[in-house]
Amino acid sequence: MDKFIEIIFSVSFGYAVLRVTTPLLFASMGALISDKAGVINIALEGIMLIAALTGVIVSAFTQSAFLGLMAAVLAGSLTGAAMAYASLNLKTDIILSGVAVNLIGAGGTVFALYLVAHDKGISSSLRSLVLPKVALPIISQIPVISDIFSGHNILTYVAILSVVLVYILVYKTPVGLQIRAVGENSHAADSVGVSVIKIKYTALILSGAFAGFAGAYMSMGYVSWFSKNMTVGRGFIALAAEAMGGGTPLGTTIACFVFGAAEALSNSLQSLRVPTEFVQMIPYVVTVVGLALYSSRKASQIKKHLRNRG
Amino acid sequence: MAELLEMKNITKVYPNGIVANYKVDFSLKEGEIHAVVGENGAGKSTLMKILFGMHTPEEGEIFLREEKIDILSSSKAIEKGIGMVHQHFMLVPSLTVAENIVLGAEPKKSIFFDKEEAIRITEELSSKYNFKIDPRSLVKDIPVGLKQKVEILKALLRGAKILILDEPTAVLTPQETGELFKELRVLKDKGHTIIFISHKLKEVKALCDRLTVMRNGRNVGVHNVSDVTEEDISRLMVGRDVILTVEKGKPNPKETLLQVKNISQRNQFGQWMLNNASFSLKAGEILGVAGVEGNGQRELVELLTGLLPLTKGEITIKGNIINNYSIKEIRELKVSHIPSDRMTYGIAEKMSIENNLFTDKYDTEPYSKKGILNIKHIKKRSQEQVKEYKIKCNSPLQEVKMLSGGNIQKVVVAREFSSDPQLLIADQPTRGIDVGSTEFIRKKIVQLRDQDTGVLLISADLNEVMELSDRLIVLYNGEIVAYFNDVEKLTEEELGLYMLGLKKQDDELIRGAVHEK
Amino acid sequence: MKSKRINFEWIRTTVVILIALIFTLILILLVSKEPANALKEFLIGPIDSMRHIGNVIELMIPLTFTGLAVSLMFSAEQFNLAAEGAFFAGAIGAAAIALTTDLPNIIHPIVAILGGGLIGSLITGIPGYLKVKWNASELVSSLMFNYIAFFMGIYVINNFFRDPNAGAMVSHKLPQSVLLMNLIPRTRIHLGLIIAVIFIFACYYFIYRTKWGYELRVTGQNSKFAEYSGINTLKVILFAQLLGGFVAGVGGATQLLGMYTRFSWQSLPNLGWDGIIVAILARNNPVYVPLAALFLAYLRIGADIMARMSDVQNEVVYLIQGIIIVLVVAERFLAKYRHKWVFKEAKSGISEAEGE
Repeated sequence: MDKFIEIIFSVSFGYAVLRVTTPLLFASMGALISDKAGVINIALEGIMLIAALTGVIVSAFTQSAFLGLMAAVLAGSLTGAAMAYASLNLKTDIILSGVAVNLIGAGGTVFALYLVAHDKGISSSLRSLVLPKVALPIISQIPVISDIFSGHNILTYVAILSVVLVYILVYKTPVGLQIRAVGENSHAADSVGVSVIKIKYTALILSGAFAGFAGAYMSMGYVSWFSKNMTVGRGFIALAAEAMGGGTPLGTTIACFVFGAAEALSNSLQSLRVPTEFVQMIPYVVTVVGLALYSSRKASQIKKHLRNRG
Repeated sequence: MAELLEMKNITKVYPNGIVANYKVDFSLKEGEIHAVVGENGAGKSTLMKILFGMHTPEEGEIFLREEKIDILSSSKAIEKGIGMVHQHFMLVPSLTVAENIVLGAEPKKSIFFDKEEAIRITEELSSKYNFKIDPRSLVKDIPVGLKQKVEILKALLRGAKILILDEPTAVLTPQETGELFKELRVLKDKGHTIIFISHKLKEVKALCDRLTVMRNGRNVGVHNVSDVTEEDISRLMVGRDVILTVEKGKPNPKETLLQVKNISQRNQFGQWMLNNASFSLKAGEILGVAGVEGNGQRELVELLTGLLPLTKGEITIKGNIINNYSIKEIRELKVSHIPSDRMTYGIAEKMSIENNLFTDKYDTEPYSKKGILNIKHIKKRSQEQVKEYKIKCNSPLQEVKMLSGGNIQKVVVAREFSSDPQLLIADQPTRGIDVGSTEFIRKKIVQLRDQDTGVLLISADLNEVMELSDRLIVLYNGEIVAYFNDVEKLTEEELGLYMLGLKKQDDELIRGAVHEK
Repeated sequence: MKSKRINFEWIRTTVVILIALIFTLILILLVSKEPANALKEFLIGPIDSMRHIGNVIELMIPLTFTGLAVSLMFSAEQFNLAAEGAFFAGAIGAAAIALTTDLPNIIHPIVAILGGGLIGSLITGIPGYLKVKWNASELVSSLMFNYIAFFMGIYVINNFFRDPNAGAMVSHKLPQSVLLMNLIPRTRIHLGLIIAVIFIFACYYFIYRTKWGYELRVTGQNSKFAEYSGINTLKVILFAQLLGGFVAGVGGATQLLGMYTRFSWQSLPNLGWDGIIVAILARNNPVYVPLAALFLAYLRIGADIMARMSDVQNEVVYLIQGIIIVLVVAERFLAKYRHKWVFKEAKSGISEAEGE
């Protein structure tokens, strides 16, 4: 038990939390934007994989980590656009489109990996690059704080920044206003000349772009290679975090950190002879419990509302 | 005064074959408040939706200031200076008033949404027209009356000179209605032209300059409001064109089936939709509930069938107090229900006719035994019912959604009538369907009555309630305002006066709706 | 009329499959140095030997189970995606029962399989319960349960049933009494095939011939109408998910007892996800599930053989699956033709009716 507390309050644990929360933050912002526009994007998982591999391949061939990142984000956006086409133009159910993208992401990346790296498990034969780590200017001077907050991969800071950006986009810009209107009452938006299709396309493309960042971080930051199914459900957890966070950027961020902490804990606890599988299960259980609590609170609010009415 | 807008020879036929408008002419003078009155289904809303570009007519032309215009979409209508406030508000609840008003035409400060500017625009607009509204409050938190103002301001911001209001007072309290009228007069003084759709004659008298009366898809007269009395209007509105008569003998009432005691119910806006209503119904009689839609009928039906839980009063069916009964438990008392919204509550459109014919009795013998469906019986019965109810289809295996409206309703009726109901709640049983099906369904209702079923017939169709009912109550504003023991002596004009709230009986007479013990 | 509509769906599905195959052909031409050989192995491989035919049938068995499971849940309009976890958990449950009980020959597998089914229904049932109780999205929580089932299962095997003498992380050997009999020599086709056939008929019978199945269909088609008719839709929603998990769990148990002698899975087998495609192709109708499962199994085995015999990787099959899902579900795809078809039907319907 002492050891347990020691882990939680250690500096390296704080650092690890930020490190594992980064992809969740990106992906959950993707979940948030599409959810705000009234489309549920369960393909975040698949898009992350596609982007992660794209980043590795492009950075290996161009020897530019930045180009790799751009390519990853572009791949994510394009996948988002393809989903939008399927669901809005061809009228494929959005959930099943998501299932399809996840399948293509899981299988297609392995297929492509073999073509370029001649390995079906890992991309280590490719000389791919990682994005740089950054020492924060003033903060890196402060002891303890510096060890937790400084020296992360650049994308970790971008992720935190992206929460702010998403907040501004959704709540402070005309497009954000239209996104929220479309998601809540598309007839209302339509009746004043807002193009519902255009807004949903925008949301899905942005959602894909964020998943693209998440994927790039996985293969060019979190680790320095691509491996088969390396996201292990992070896209789904991001979806749950968004649901648990009540669809607000702040709530979603908090939920992400809860999951991130659970994951970091599971990584640390593995050294403690706590059964690893049990520990690995923590984030998923936390998600379900969180979701249940959130829903039950919402359900009781609705009931109360109805009772006041009667 | 010159005609501002003219609609000429408008004919609209819906895909299901209903003729909603037939050679309708309609004209507006600049700066007037023009009422369009008529019963439900008279074609008022259709005509206005054509004007606002939501429907395209099969025939007819529209002229604005003597220039022919085509209105193919709502944005086109907005462009031409026509705005519409719908019955169901087109608002985004979690956005503020100001955000809703500027949506689609947002003010910007560099790339950002300029919230302050939106608030300023809203304040400027609302003070110009004397609307009291807080631009910062969330739409979901404000009362219905204010929501309506937001809708009106939205139209005004987009430059609407002609404003269509579709039954705007249906959701308002009397105080809110008063306020709305004040504001509409301000709009009129500022040169706007207003179309006011309503069936509340007092309001029309109080507010409007001219009125167009619609009946059965046709324009049956344009008058200056000052030239006609409320009684005149009501006569024009409810006059019958074709009288469908149903042969029926004297009723032979038996034991009391249904007793409703002092029930009240509020709607989602907190308005009392039903107020202390009491009546009773015996086996072997038809009790009609007349009234213009939206006067408490829907709540009454939902309470009786268990779709809504009852909070105030008491309902007894065959001696059982059903206040806390589930839908199933009520149905097990041999209660059948023809819902007014048949596509939502009456059928599963993608299932076959056959599968739609036994949803209420699938778990009783002989339809199923120990959980196993008796396919042979189901097939046999569905074929019989298709024949008996003259459902026009290729086979009972056809999907219900492929049928016409009248035939879909026959499927519902066939199902509900074939479970030997002791109590039938028929809610608008023939609305919007063809004459043949209508006549057929009405005959079946009488037939059921003669077999000792108690029938509660809710209908906004005067013809229907007058022809079928043995006894009749009238709902207005959630209250029973009249009771008639002998429908044959009743004239439609008189009934119209009660339905439109122009007359009310003494409590003593109304109490007759409850059978004496 | 109904039969002609179904005809149209057949045509549409065939067109989709053709498009997917053409796409595969193009892909093979692009990436392979020996496209003719690759394509031959892909298309003919699965039927070029008894062993390969056996492989197809062996794979068809679990796909049939998960396809049925998803069909049941989708019929009630429940987007529960935990068939994957339920399948895995079913195998874990069967392994646990097999290793902890000592029962006679025929009884042993029956108990293990039913036990696996019950564990499976727990995995899909909890998201179902959360939905019914608090309206929590079954979609999100069922996705989580796939992982919970996985880690929980690995934990159970590792800590209670692991064979320390085996090199890999596998369970003890399952007792002979619990294993499912092989049906056809020179293949691994096992008794599970018979069980699958029984389940196809049972599911069909359940959905189309029992009152519970009827409740489920009506609720799935229009839940408001179901409520109006007196059906307890909450009960139906929960029940459909419990049942779906049960069938998936039975599938997992059958797969373990028929194909393996130890529990040895190190990752989720993905067969539950494949069940979604099977259900979509079969339009949620149990009778078409084996056909769809056969098709998918054929693709999979074809791709595997191609990967072994040529330079094209078997993951190509995931791309085909993705395309098939999107196009089969796409309402607008070929909608113009369907509309023409329906319109013609409606017109002839009217004239016939008027002729009466």
